[in-house]
Amino acid sequence: MKEFTYTITDPLGIHARPAGLLAKTAKAYGDTVVTVTKDDTTVKASQLMKLMSLGVKQGNEITVTAEGPAEEEAAAAMKKFFEENL
Amino acid sequence: MILIQGKGVSKGVANGPIYFFQRTGTTITDAPAADIEAEKARIAAAQEKSAQQLNALADKARAEAGDETAILFETHAMFVEDDDYVECMMTALEERHCTAEKAVELAGEEFAAMLAAMDDAYMQARAADIKDVTRRILNNLMGVAEGGIDSDVPVILAADDLAPSETLQLDKSKILGFITQGGSGNSHTAILARTMGIPAVCGLGEALKAEYGSRQVYIDGETGQVAVEPDEITLASFLSKQEEQQKMKELMETMKGQKDVTLDGREMMVYCNIGSPEDVAAVLSNDGQGIGLFRSEFLYLAASDYPSEEEQFQAYKNVAAAMGGKRVVIRTLDIGADKQVDYFQMHKEENPALGVRAIRICLNRPEVFRTQLRALYRASAYGKVAIMFPMITSVWEVKECKRACQKVMAELDKEGIPYRQDTEIGIMIETPASVLVAEELAKEVDFFSVGTNDLTQYTLACDRQANDLGKFFDPHHPAVLRALKMATDAAHKAGIWIGICGELGADLTLLETFLAIGIDELSVSPTSVLPLRAEIRKSIAKTCTLEKLEC
Repeated sequence: MKEFTYTITDPLGIHARPAGLLAKTAKAYGDTVVTVTKDDTTVKASQLMKLMSLGVKQGNEITVTAEGPAEEEAAAAMKKFFEENL
Repeated sequence: MILIQGKGVSKGVANGPIYFFQRTGTTITDAPAADIEAEKARIAAAQEKSAQQLNALADKARAEAGDETAILFETHAMFVEDDDYVECMMTALEERHCTAEKAVELAGEEFAAMLAAMDDAYMQARAADIKDVTRRILNNLMGVAEGGIDSDVPVILAADDLAPSETLQLDKSKILGFITQGGSGNSHTAILARTMGIPAVCGLGEALKAEYGSRQVYIDGETGQVAVEPDEITLASFLSKQEEQQKMKELMETMKGQKDVTLDGREMMVYCNIGSPEDVAAVLSNDGQGIGLFRSEFLYLAASDYPSEEEQFQAYKNVAAAMGGKRVVIRTLDIGADKQVDYFQMHKEENPALGVRAIRICLNRPEVFRTQLRALYRASAYGKVAIMFPMITSVWEVKECKRACQKVMAELDKEGIPYRQDTEIGIMIETPASVLVAEELAKEVDFFSVGTNDLTQYTLACDRQANDLGKFFDPHHPAVLRALKMATDAAHKAGIWIGICGELGADLTLLETFLAIGIDELSVSPTSVLPLRAEIRKSIAKTCTLEKLEC
């Protein structure tokens, strides 16, 4: 399993559009399960609405994990996505 | 034959089958479903169709409006396919043995409520996206057509009355004319019809019955006559009028390329009013000299969230560029009153026409205003953009607007983004207050434009939306015309130009009065340009009198 933490810098947090793109990115890795955790709540990154309902805001620290056949690539892609968009 | 008399609000004769506008919100019952598996399959099919529609919209938006709008549709497509959302529908089916419609409705409510309950204004507003997506799936389930018209042939669209957001969504290629039960000459249906150059009759009341659907009808947007399955005599009179109309159209063609000048050499700027970038085609084909009123509301009314700077910039830029070096007056956000937008979350007002609307919203919400001003200034680099502020009553408001403009220009300077420093700034004259302090206002701006619908409403204390005020709502009232003269005198004293962008501008019976008052510009529906030009070219400005200003 691959894991990293990230602190959100985007003023709006994980709002609808990046959440959509994030879910899309995560879905591209098929069998590899990507999760996002804020505080005690964990959701799959592909679950768009649940992801939004985490209410991740600027300054929040989140943990991202990837587990499965393509976990290396998935984790790297997610990290890149967060750095570029959030 | 059934003859109904209404009020003609957009000239012309048209015929076609009556089609009643389909509004969503058909009642969904709690009735049990016969076959749960079949209901599941219906949901899956509706879901797939919805996702396809949204992805197609995204592609269209990417080509026409830019990435931001496209991403919004893509996000909606992802909502449609969201596993939890779909699972919620399927669970509802199994637990409640309800219909697919009910299950979709329940899932939509649950997820919208989940977002609405969040401690975050932005996420709360996303509940509207979920509702939008849910509505789409329901429409597909129930076979309700997108754009309100499910017909292969063009129709005469019938409705009680249409809301601004509904007129925007209509598939205009399928509409030959409008007939409505309510509404007035100033309603949005009427304005849309005039822009499209097709006839409209409103105020038909109960006489317009749903059972007339799909029957052949002839309508006359001048006399207000509506004839369902006309007899031979009536038909003949409609046909001869249609023929006359065609001849007139050919005559008007000869006006293209001619100057808007009176016999004694007084020039008039004849511009157009438009409501969306699509209308530019009509401006060009009718040979408008410029755009005197580009209503920016379409961007706000058609969206489910605040339109971004980029989205607005693209829209303004496209219009400015399409018009070449011709002037394009863009009016800043004018919502409130009869134009409501959910995501602005405005408080309900007893009397919205006198409430927080137009410039008042902008001055109360600097961030919304700033986004629009940035987009406008950025677009100014691509043509001759002029910025116009609506609903002005005081000098301080104009000063505050100008300060906001200065701030935006300073930002763009710092960011090295091009814009035109000499972008004209103007105001709408549509309140009696603005007429009374017009001399002071004129010193602050580059032009005035009179919104005659609102000026009439506020001067005469007559609600422009009400259709039973009849003779009391009189835009020809000497008080309105005198207000026009006062504003014109003030403008000319300060050396600035003044135009009319309300419907009155196209009223040919007032042309002589406008010439006598000294109006410099008339901004009218694109289809009114050539008839107005023909009339101007027959007029002699010197002999025009102010007699209509007398009581």
